Amino acid sequence: MGLTGEEAARIRRLLGREPNETEWAIFDAEWSEHSSYKSSKGLLRRFPTKGKRVLLGPGYDAGVVDVGGGYAVTLHIESHNHPSAVDPYGGASTGIGGVLRDIISVGSRPIALVDVLRFGDPERSGHSKWLFRNVVRGIADYGNCVGVPTIAGDIEFDESFERNCLVDVACVGLARKGSVILGEARHPGDLLVLVGGSTGRDGVGGAAFASKSLAKGPESERKSVQVPDPFMKKLLIDAILEVAEAGLIRGMKDLGGGGLSTALSEVASKGGCGVDVELGRVQVREPGMGPTEVMTSESQERMLLLLDPKKAERVARTLDKYEVPHQVIGRVTGGNSMKLRWNGKVVVDLPAKAVAEAPLIPRKRGPAPRQARSPAMPKTPPLGESLLSLLSSPNISSRRWVYEQYDHEVGLRTVAKPGEADASVLRLPNGAGLAVKADGNSRHSSLDPRKGGAGCVAEACRNVAAVGGEPIAMVDHLQFGDPSDPEVYRQFVETVEGMAGYCEGVGLPVVGGKVSFYNEDVGSGRAIKPSPIAMVVGLIPALKKRASSSFSDGESVIAVGETRPELGGSEYFERVLGVVGGTVPAADPRADSRAYKAVAKLVRTGVAASAHDCSKGGFGVAVAEMCTRNSIGATIDLGLLPGGALSDPEALFSESHGRFLLSTRNPVRAKSALRRAGVPSAVVGKVGGSHLSFERGRKRVARVSVDSVTGSWEEPLGRLMG
Amino acid sequence: MAARVAVIRFPGSNCDMDAVQAIRTLKGARADLVWHEDKAVSDYDAVVVPGGFSFGDYLRAGAIAAKSPAMERIRKAADQGLPVLGICNGFQILIEAGLLPGALLRNSTLRFVCRWTALRVDSDSTSFTRRMRKGQVLHIPIAHNEGRYYAPKGDLARLSREGLVVLRYCDEDGVPSASANPTGTSDNIAAICNRAGNVMGLMPHPERGTEPLLSPSGSDDGALIFRSMLEAA
Repeated sequence: MGLTGEEAARIRRLLGREPNETEWAIFDAEWSEHSSYKSSKGLLRRFPTKGKRVLLGPGYDAGVVDVGGGYAVTLHIESHNHPSAVDPYGGASTGIGGVLRDIISVGSRPIALVDVLRFGDPERSGHSKWLFRNVVRGIADYGNCVGVPTIAGDIEFDESFERNCLVDVACVGLARKGSVILGEARHPGDLLVLVGGSTGRDGVGGAAFASKSLAKGPESERKSVQVPDPFMKKLLIDAILEVAEAGLIRGMKDLGGGGLSTALSEVASKGGCGVDVELGRVQVREPGMGPTEVMTSESQERMLLLLDPKKAERVARTLDKYEVPHQVIGRVTGGNSMKLRWNGKVVVDLPAKAVAEAPLIPRKRGPAPRQARSPAMPKTPPLGESLLSLLSSPNISSRRWVYEQYDHEVGLRTVAKPGEADASVLRLPNGAGLAVKADGNSRHSSLDPRKGGAGCVAEACRNVAAVGGEPIAMVDHLQFGDPSDPEVYRQFVETVEGMAGYCEGVGLPVVGGKVSFYNEDVGSGRAIKPSPIAMVVGLIPALKKRASSSFSDGESVIAVGETRPELGGSEYFERVLGVVGGTVPAADPRADSRAYKAVAKLVRTGVAASAHDCSKGGFGVAVAEMCTRNSIGATIDLGLLPGGALSDPEALFSESHGRFLLSTRNPVRAKSALRRAGVPSAVVGKVGGSHLSFERGRKRVARVSVDSVTGSWEEPLGRLMG
Repeated sequence: MAARVAVIRFPGSNCDMDAVQAIRTLKGARADLVWHEDKAVSDYDAVVVPGGFSFGDYLRAGAIAAKSPAMERIRKAADQGLPVLGICNGFQILIEAGLLPGALLRNSTLRFVCRWTALRVDSDSTSFTRRMRKGQVLHIPIAHNEGRYYAPKGDLARLSREGLVVLRYCDEDGVPSASANPTGTSDNIAAICNRAGNVMGLMPHPERGTEPLLSPSGSDDGALIFRSMLEAA
């Protein structure tokens, strides 16, 4: 059991008696960190959550955002880290299953999946390769089968994830604005109907499992991993959306972490009602299961529906057509008690509010470490060589090996596809486009959590702007080690402050999120690098053209935003020079906002033929990436880059935020638009030829052939994964 | 009168809505989603068996759907000369049902692959290619795990000879090269038809290639397949 002595005492006080075994198990699941956010809730209030487009903010199964024309987009993000470390295929699959349920449970149709993956170094670790390969296959098999395209993501490899990989999955849904369904029991007499797969012993105690470190070695935790069934999920999606769209559902809640315990206590406490449930009616998969296991099982592909009894018959008919099992397990009652029976006998009688509202845990925050001195700069290898080494880094090279395994086309909505532009773009039924991207940078976050937190939001916003989108909403996922460690808690606090401050500054509401603690290496007890993830969606008012991030012959190249000497945590420092430390890039929300608006407009109007943000690997890598698709070179003068005086490595590889590269046939018009918007920019070169050359005036800084650029960047991941 | 197309929906089909949407945007077409247990197939002028994972692809891709009662009605429609188009999982189903020869094996990479491909038209006399010319190159995406067409050597030669190979993966110049073969499929085969030319199965997804906005090459080549089908219906 994961409850502390203090929590157990509090429960006894609340009830005025000793709880029985089933009741303890319910509290254990619902008061776990995973379900209750007891270490983080207070701090998460810092995020701005309101905005003119926000219809439903944090605290529900999914955030809901108005995208105009009577439509709304729903967003949710989750992780399945511990299950994926134990069983990469099953863990990743059920992660997808879980996030899909959240999107369905607000009555919206899932239209896109996004995944963010963090693994150990595949160049050194066979174990990480094995995990990665099977996680990708798990996501692919599940997403492809349910018919929801996987359209975007972000991948980072770092040794801190060797024993604790991160598998984050996010989902975007689409609904009519007025038809959002909530998981609240508001009408006494409503039927509680359990829909979908049967309840087995898989995933028993999964929420508690997620709320501690992977202790005894992964094998002992296999039973805590759920079993995926994408076919059942597909039927569940089709059946539930059919009844939801017909207006037959009064409330809905997915069964995820904590299983029935969480679902029942939350619908009751949120709706201000009680529930009376006969657990003997739950269809079980294995003989001999008792009430405790039934309440805490996390078997997949299950939903709880709240139905007006008058409409129950019509719902049952539709579910039967899809051969989706369903059982009435109880009723909503007045009052606030969660009464559970086992073959008629009351086995649990708890106040729902008490179960759903775990007490917060005050955590200690460690002192900020002393400012580390700037690391000494070792002798630098030739810059052309460094550029090619960066392009072949698993953190930078082409992601084709991954995204080609995902069906990213199903649904006829994917306009900008993975690999074509900085963010993927979905076509919406109102004629608008939705740009989608998730980002994070654990190296920046590890050196400076505050800047890293702001930076991941900035990077996602840039990617969205580079395809013409105006950022409208964000969901976040915050992943850290054990929060009782004051240093981990300090990282967490500073990350949230950094992210929240940036969101505030650019006017970006946060509509949902997740926190995952206890991500650490079992052997050494060392926590992962702090890993905040931001998924940002942006709106393209009228979608008419396809975004591109590739050069074409004869175009001029414009650098947007200032490059600063910020090599701390850069791929150049860590991969090429082996240096850890230095100044981490700082994001300036006010300057960035102006750049987002101006760049997005240039992209939408076609003045910019292509656009790409500068992030990992810096300006040099960004230019090289734009050369690959059309196999065309460019000549760039580094002396013209906006910003102060920079060394050549800084100019090429600094990872300063707020920067874009544009290619255009109309540099005068693009420049003047940027100037009017108050955004620093300069024409720095021209596209053409078979080489990529960086110069300073007449002096050559680096020169590589386009073939070597493409060769370095295109293949490494596929070769590594085989 | 508009031609009426039935798009059959099995449990687990997931490209059914896409096919309906793509066909409905064409002039002179009506498309309905027809649940596999509904008996209405005979009211239609053409039948599309869409992609997805019918019955979860349990047992073997397409194997369970091929034994469903809907298949008997589709077989009858094919015998009467109605155009019957199987896309991706639909192709697998038509093969499992014996309406088309050969077999579809796992891709040689053993991985799912989603990618835009170039396809050469090798037969322009079928119900699905009559608006094309031989040698024309189409751009249409694939997305599958089990699309490596296989038939014994002698049968492959016969299929070619009799003009039953309809589409082959090719490079931009129309050459069916090894590097243009995404799955290790025999002779770069992407689509085959029956002798009468009214039943075709293909691994690429024409419904995903009917609008320039969705196509990296800005083409609407997928629509040619549906337009040909409507004309033949």
